[in-house]
Amino acid sequence: MSETKLPLYGDLADPTPKISVRGLDFFYGNHQALYANDLDIAPNRVTAVIGPSGCGKSTHLRVYNRIFELYRDQQAKGEVLLNGESIFAPSVKLLELRRRIGMIFQKPTPFPMSVYENVAYGIRLHYTVAKSELDGRVEEALKGAALWEEVRDLLNRPGTALSGGQQQRLCIARAIAVEPEVLLMDEPTSAIDPIATAKIEELVEGLKGRYTLVIVTHNMQQAARISDFTAFFFKGYIIEFGETKQIFTNPKNKKTEEYITGRFG
Amino acid sequence: MSRFGSYLSEHFETIFRWFTIVCAATVLFIMAAMFIQLAWNARLAIGEFGIGFLWSDVWDPALNKYGAFSSIYGTLVSTLIALFIAVPMSVVIALFLVELAHPTVSKVVGGAIELLAAIPSIIYGMWGLFVFAPFMAEKVQPFLQETLGLEKAPLIGKFFSGAPMGIGMLTTGIILALMVLPFITAVMRDVFAMVPPVVKESAYGMGSTTWEVTHKVTLRYGIQGVIGACFLGLGRALGETMAVTFVIGNAHHISASFFDAGNSIASTLANEFAEASEPIYLHSLIYLGLVLLVMTFLIQFAAQWWVRRLKKGMGAGL
Ligand SMILES: Nc1ncnc2c1ncn2[C@@H]1O[C@H](COP(=O)(O)OP(=O)(O)OP(=O)(O)O)[C@@H](O)[C@H]1O
Ligand SMILES: [Mg+2]
Repeated sequence: MSETKLPLYGDLADPTPKISVRGLDFFYGNHQALYANDLDIAPNRVTAVIGPSGCGKSTHLRVYNRIFELYRDQQAKGEVLLNGESIFAPSVKLLELRRRIGMIFQKPTPFPMSVYENVAYGIRLHYTVAKSELDGRVEEALKGAALWEEVRDLLNRPGTALSGGQQQRLCIARAIAVEPEVLLMDEPTSAIDPIATAKIEELVEGLKGRYTLVIVTHNMQQAARISDFTAFFFKGYIIEFGETKQIFTNPKNKKTEEYITGRFG
Repeated sequence: MSRFGSYLSEHFETIFRWFTIVCAATVLFIMAAMFIQLAWNARLAIGEFGIGFLWSDVWDPALNKYGAFSSIYGTLVSTLIALFIAVPMSVVIALFLVELAHPTVSKVVGGAIELLAAIPSIIYGMWGLFVFAPFMAEKVQPFLQETLGLEKAPLIGKFFSGAPMGIGMLTTGIILALMVLPFITAVMRDVFAMVPPVVKESAYGMGSTTWEVTHKVTLRYGIQGVIGACFLGLGRALGETMAVTFVIGNAHHISASFFDAGNSIASTLANEFAEASEPIYLHSLIYLGLVLLVMTFLIQFAAQWWVRRLKKGMGAGL
């Protein structure tokens, strides 16, 4: 499909990439969902992943934290480097990898426990901390997710009792509580209302100073507003990648142009 | 359309509503009738021994003195031993079937476990008496007493003292565990399978191990189902008669040792109805049955109360 060599982000900005993907193929059983994906993810920037439904955006993201390995018929081939080190190397500890690369899903997934316990969950998994320090870290994570003011008096309520938007920010708090380097967000706002969406977009803006963010979205305005770089996926290929401004004002590929102007379904 | 037909379709909602009400009321009526019948047929014993029947441990047909305590004790202890063994095993088996095993293996093993539920309880009883009890006496009990040194262990030593006879509380508990295992496992398996994959994925995505995902997220998510499964097993173990009668030893006798013979309410009833010649003896046995019925109800109420409280605390998903 894409015969021309893609400009990788390394050509567009200076710092070495946080994540580099080279020649990534992905298979669900015999069905190939990704073809030769090459992509560089800039550190401390927001990279948007866009493309029509079923083109492999989620599949691509699910390789980064190796979550696809939960399913025995799914298989990835190719190279994914985190800070220059292969995530598939035998020396990589899977649980540690998943601490370093957090994931937020389309539907909020609070665990069946209190707001406090939700955030403390990952901290307890990966660190040994005293109760007082735990309290501090939970508070910090909730503040980081712009949720603290709303839930400071509800810490013992079940996480599932919060509103949808609050639940999504709770999941973000839970993810950043373990001090990840990368946050993967797969359509984090598509199941919540516009006001809650605006809050999360604002939050993403604030988070990129500390984390590297990759966000899948079907909302073109959202991608244009919050991302620095954009990758356009089509039928398992990465058709175009570049600075968001360039992609949205002057796309090089015809398919990209058609997609962002809403001219195909 | 006939007049009756149009009447039916017009009032279908109302008629259907009444129909459901009648069906539901029948269940309540049968329960109440059962309770009253039992109480009426136990009236002599209720009048004679009163509520003290519950904590009197005398059971002497010669003197016509009856008390339920040893039967209640044996029922509770054998049931608790059974759950103590069956619940953790069910969790582990269900976990294996849903999360770890290859689908084909899961189907075969799952089917085999369901077959356990199909074995008639008399078979468990005979197998327990002729095969399992001698094995307990020769191998397991000496192993627990001597090799593990439990007989001399502080605090719990008295539970493992006495001659290894094979039959008794522990043997009963283990056989009951086998009998309730398939029921608990089946429900646990459904519970595990029902937790949305995305919730499990986000727990794995935090860097949790399979075990952490299971006991911190999956089990909590399905806590209602899990507790329901435990109490289903509890209910079955409480009332199980045939297998228990074979292996419990049928002695009206309370002993701290799990190796000792004892009795349960159900085994006492099964054993002694034929011998009950005196009216007071018969009424005492029926009184015992009433106690079992009330115990079962109380336990189910406790279960429901517990589930509601847990649900309020953590907003479990199911
Ligand atoms: N569990 C699965 N088993 C088999 N095929 C799958 C599975 N999940 C996704 N696929 C297939 O892989 C391809 C890519 O799916 P993916 O979910 O990555 O798309 P997507 O870009 O995230 O779509 P959407 O925008 O709808 O979320 C699709 O053809 C889909 O049918
Ligand atoms: Mg998707």
